[in-house]
Amino acid sequence: MAETQVVASKSSSEDTRKVLLSIQNVRVWFELRRFGFGIAGYVRAVDGVAFDLHEGEAIAVVGESGCGKSSLMRTILGLHRPREGQVVFEDKVISEMGREGLKWYRMHVGYIQQDPYGALPPFMSVQRILEEPLITAGVHNKKEREERVRKVLTEVKMTPVEDFLHKFPHMLSGGQQQRTVIARAMIRNPRLIVADEPVSMLDASVRVEILKLLRSLQASHNLSFIYITHDLSTVKYFSERIFVMYAGQLVEKGPIGKILKNPLHPYTHALIAATSDPDARNAETYKEVPPGEPPSLVKPPAGCRFHPRCSRIIKGTCDVEEPPEFQPEPGHQVKCWLYK
Amino acid sequence: MNNLKRTLRELARYPSAIFGLSIIGILVIVGILAPILIPYERAIELWRGGEEIWYANPRNVPPAWINWFRTKKLVETFTLDSAKGEAEKLVDSVNNQIVLTYTFEYNYDTFPQEIIFYFRAQYKQQKPFVSIVWYTPDGRQIPIDNLALSTTTTVRFSQNERLARRFIDTSPVKGLFIDPTSDVKNPTIVKGTYKIVLTVTSFEPETNVDAELVVHGQVAGWAGTDHRRRDLGVAILWGTPVALLFGLMAALGTSVLTMIISAVGTWYGGWVDELIQRITGVNLVLPFLPILIMVGTFYSRSIWIILSVTIALSIFGSGIVTYRSVFLQVKESPYIEAARSYGASNARIILMYMVPRVIPLLIPGLVTSVPGYVFLEASLAVLGLGDPVLPTWGKIINDAQTNGALYEGLYYWVLEPAVLLMITGLAFAMLGFSLDRIFNPRLRGQ
Repeated sequence: MAETQVVASKSSSEDTRKVLLSIQNVRVWFELRRFGFGIAGYVRAVDGVAFDLHEGEAIAVVGESGCGKSSLMRTILGLHRPREGQVVFEDKVISEMGREGLKWYRMHVGYIQQDPYGALPPFMSVQRILEEPLITAGVHNKKEREERVRKVLTEVKMTPVEDFLHKFPHMLSGGQQQRTVIARAMIRNPRLIVADEPVSMLDASVRVEILKLLRSLQASHNLSFIYITHDLSTVKYFSERIFVMYAGQLVEKGPIGKILKNPLHPYTHALIAATSDPDARNAETYKEVPPGEPPSLVKPPAGCRFHPRCSRIIKGTCDVEEPPEFQPEPGHQVKCWLYK
Repeated sequence: MNNLKRTLRELARYPSAIFGLSIIGILVIVGILAPILIPYERAIELWRGGEEIWYANPRNVPPAWINWFRTKKLVETFTLDSAKGEAEKLVDSVNNQIVLTYTFEYNYDTFPQEIIFYFRAQYKQQKPFVSIVWYTPDGRQIPIDNLALSTTTTVRFSQNERLARRFIDTSPVKGLFIDPTSDVKNPTIVKGTYKIVLTVTSFEPETNVDAELVVHGQVAGWAGTDHRRRDLGVAILWGTPVALLFGLMAALGTSVLTMIISAVGTWYGGWVDELIQRITGVNLVLPFLPILIMVGTFYSRSIWIILSVTIALSIFGSGIVTYRSVFLQVKESPYIEAARSYGASNARIILMYMVPRVIPLLIPGLVTSVPGYVFLEASLAVLGLGDPVLPTWGKIINDAQTNGALYEGLYYWVLEPAVLLMITGLAFAMLGFSLDRIFNPRLRGQ
């Protein structure tokens, strides 16, 4: 099947494209307030994440629920302020931007949410929903707005456009709702799209269509794309690189082909093993999942954060010292003592 | 627009909503008509006016329509003015005589309170002279008075000495209608066409005389009169827009402001939210009516001041808490997050994204809270703290109370405004409950 083909990967170290977005050692901690006064501790949702995203590049951030994917994404969107580190977009630091700067930044970033029904205000028509980002961007010409709405609806294949303009979200199917969300993200002609599990709440039948749509939009507009998911089976549709996230950290980074064929980190192993593709062989194989729960983000385990669940733990090392990033092969980094 | 249509169509399924809406519709029409029929200045002039405006009305009489329910008909109040052509006027310039003939049908079972002639004469030096003669339907002829007229002259039959001497057994006015052959203890009334002839003899060619006959009956107008002869209809009519406006403005102002404050508090959170919650907590235990009474007593009784104080005291009411619980939920919606991600301003998020979600809660609440404010205005007026200028329903009740209306059996005086208040309250309550069922379908019965 053509869609399941892995996108040709380029080694990021050799990537000659311009860096669009740079995440530099970002930490996002949330205060835990004690009743009354003081702070009882912090939830370390994102704890030292760093990567570069090139122009026109699509990456996937993969991890289980509660690993900090969404907090990372919100930080990139400028909704959370990092406690430490920086998010740099085109050589400008987001957290240092003023009101105008942030407005400029947001013009270039589109956001696709997980729950398409919740993401659309139920009391607005499709046309109004799509006009909102333009209004906040200061497009006052009603005619121009309508033209752009029509154009973007055609792009997300909601045609004939007239059938959808005046519909309310509850009158649309799940797929159409998600197309509207994508259209809303696309309408300001962004350069970066952040998609937070864009297909996880859709029927399996619609998923592939939406993924193909995202892929074609990404290619035709040369978009940089951050695709956040817990489901490795959808990653291969268009991501070039995969970042595996665990307990607020990126434990493995690398081109998609290398990671899927040759996962290095024990956690990545487990994730790939747990992936269910519609394949008859899957019915007979037993999926091995790592035992235990994801660790508490308030008091993460000492050393490697995965060690309590790891089957290949090196006693005395893994549970004591946090592993640095090793690079066993070019463009493929892993945070694990096994590759020292 | 479509929403409005859909809501109306749904409303049509509830008989109580139709009932409520039609009453509100009638009230609104009356409220619009009142200032057109009686402009504001005129209404105030009328309501503050005394004898000079209301001379044609008797004091403390019920409305004319109570005759529909009586077998013994009460005398209706009427006037006949020769200047308006309501009396026959014959000018005999040869003999220098003007003859004014007043005819009226009298088919009542009781006597009028008073009969008065108001003469208006124009002359140079010589006063004209008039003789008044009363003709009964059974052909009797009773001379009433002969007198010289000055520019304005008033003749009250009840104070006429000649009549008093003539009808020793009864009062002068009653005597004119009693059949002299009937029993003194149980007199019968002569029914039929009565005639009063005024013969004016003038001594100058330019002289002109007109006279207005005023018969004070036992019923008057469509609403009755009060202790100052005022037609209650003025206050009933003008009370409608005042009550509706006060109720609607207070309800609207309170609901909308409460909702917005609640939204702002929820959205910004932190100390803003905390402050709003504390103010609400304190405000909820403040005694509402006593504060309004103090404002009315010591500061101003203007309806606008009272309205503002009412709104100010109601903003931080229990609505804040209700709306807050909804807003807290809405605040976390993904679509709000999306709006933030495309840079919608705080004001835009509050007004365009959060507020529309509570409109279904707001509208029924708003409608059902209207009567509360209508009654509040009336209660203040009953307590003597009504607007000093405007005629309102509450002030009618206040007047009735201070003048012992119920003690004297003048029920109409209290019942008219009270029934109107109740109907208004009922109409808004019925509409409000139906709206609540439409906007919150879970309340809908099986």
